Amino acid sequence: MADTSQPETGGFPMSRRGVLLTGTAATAGTALAPTSLIARPAPSSQGAPAMETVTLTVNGKRHELALDTRTTLLDTLREHLKLTGTKKGCDHGQCGACTIMVNGERINSCLSLAVMHDGDELTTIEGLGTPDDLHPMQEAFVKHDGYQCGYCTPGQICSAVAVLNEIEKGVPSHVTADLTGTMRPTNMEMRERMSGNICRCGAYSNIAEAMSEVAEA
Amino acid sequence: MRSFTYERAATPADAAKAVAETKNAKFIAGGTNLLDLMKLEIEAPTHLVDVTRLGLDAVEDTEDGGLRIGALVSNTALSAHPRVRTDYAVLTRAIQAGASGQLRNKATTGGNMLQRTRCPYFYDTNMPCNKRAPGSGCAAIGGFSRSLGVIGTSDACIATYPGDMAVAMRVLDAVVETVKPDGTTRAIPAADLHRLWGDTPHIETALEPGELITHVTLPKPLGGKHFYAKVRDRRSYAFALVSVAAVIQPDGTGRVAFGGVAPRPWRVAEADALLPQGAKAVVDRAFADARPTSDNSFKIPLAQRTLAGVLADAKA
Repeated sequence: MADTSQPETGGFPMSRRGVLLTGTAATAGTALAPTSLIARPAPSSQGAPAMETVTLTVNGKRHELALDTRTTLLDTLREHLKLTGTKKGCDHGQCGACTIMVNGERINSCLSLAVMHDGDELTTIEGLGTPDDLHPMQEAFVKHDGYQCGYCTPGQICSAVAVLNEIEKGVPSHVTADLTGTMRPTNMEMRERMSGNICRCGAYSNIAEAMSEVAEA
Repeated sequence: MRSFTYERAATPADAAKAVAETKNAKFIAGGTNLLDLMKLEIEAPTHLVDVTRLGLDAVEDTEDGGLRIGALVSNTALSAHPRVRTDYAVLTRAIQAGASGQLRNKATTGGNMLQRTRCPYFYDTNMPCNKRAPGSGCAAIGGFSRSLGVIGTSDACIATYPGDMAVAMRVLDAVVETVKPDGTTRAIPAADLHRLWGDTPHIETALEPGELITHVTLPKPLGGKHFYAKVRDRRSYAFALVSVAAVIQPDGTGRVAFGGVAPRPWRVAEADALLPQGAKAVVDRAFADARPTSDNSFKIPLAQRTLAGVLADAKA
């Protein structure tokens, strides 16, 4: 059985979406009670949305969830498990803010359906470290000022941790000169391998320095 | 995104049958391209058949010294495979030139072969597009066409096949193995997988409805030096304006395919034969029938310069 199970409206007593829907109902002047709008899935041309049950282990904790098949891993984390450390940037796999690790490999959680990850193990920024017990990569980001506004940072850190694993496992990159030699965590390798994580503040050079420190540790 | 039902197929043949027999059904594997398009409702399947747990994730040696790659092998795993790195380096180079680390971990060999175009008018649902809405017209012709095709295009569509991996597969003469809904299998040369657009740009490949790619097989290694040179608007994480996949032998003979220029990885046998004569001879022949727009005519001299760089490196 699941260690935790949350109803759709669990976690926060009133979701932002619920507030918005209540507002819509009031504006439209319908006779429906706001609570029924919150609980009822949006109607579609095919009737009620298709649901599936999914079991995910997130940061070591097992969750059994009943989800609309359309739910991405990102929305599962943020909206259903209230793990809001993982950020939604572009929601199209272009910015990397949603990067998490699934079974040890980094992916864009916005471009993956939760229903396809039944039984998988997810690691998010919340699972890497805590404010009192930072992961070495988190510590290095703080030390080297690897962020400014911080929005892309959880994705950057998850990606950075995975990049060092990839180099250690010998996965080559676009800038690797010798495909059969030992992969080295050089500054150019960091920059190329982190190109799927966009930082509008431009903290890239500090991020590469933070990664170098962890790689050399 | 439109609502859809979901099933996980038990065997490749079951998956093919499920997609063929269910209205408006599609396969999903890595999903990095399909989900993006579903969010924009450019794709709106009402049933998805998950093919990720069919055991198609192995890379095996073939009897003739080649390699048989399961359709579900990730881009990362394929590019890092020891035999690919040593014997088919053009493939490692091409894969690593595309997308991001996160996407390559998810994207699959079969799915990447079928990557949809990145034509901005295909993505903009406010604009006509014969590929997205057959018969609606092509806004790219006469529109902003800098990134689009210069050869193999038609009056109905000037989109390109945007990927990198398939350009290397074409140069290596890879063969795509499939299973059909009736359980029969067939082998399609990479050269014949992608159709030229003609009057039906919405029909993009030789695959029949419900036909599933199960493997991609590489013939025995070619030897020679392997290159994948990609020119793009930034140095990483961008689609090709022009790319060159080449395998060059010590005597100057070899093979070359161009990416970012046509509906399919563009390779012309007669142009291959001209490699010892240099880049100009090859590009003149390979692009003899080109019909560029004023926005993208730069791609042809760019292809020549890119190939010239590759040939210089081959001699170094």
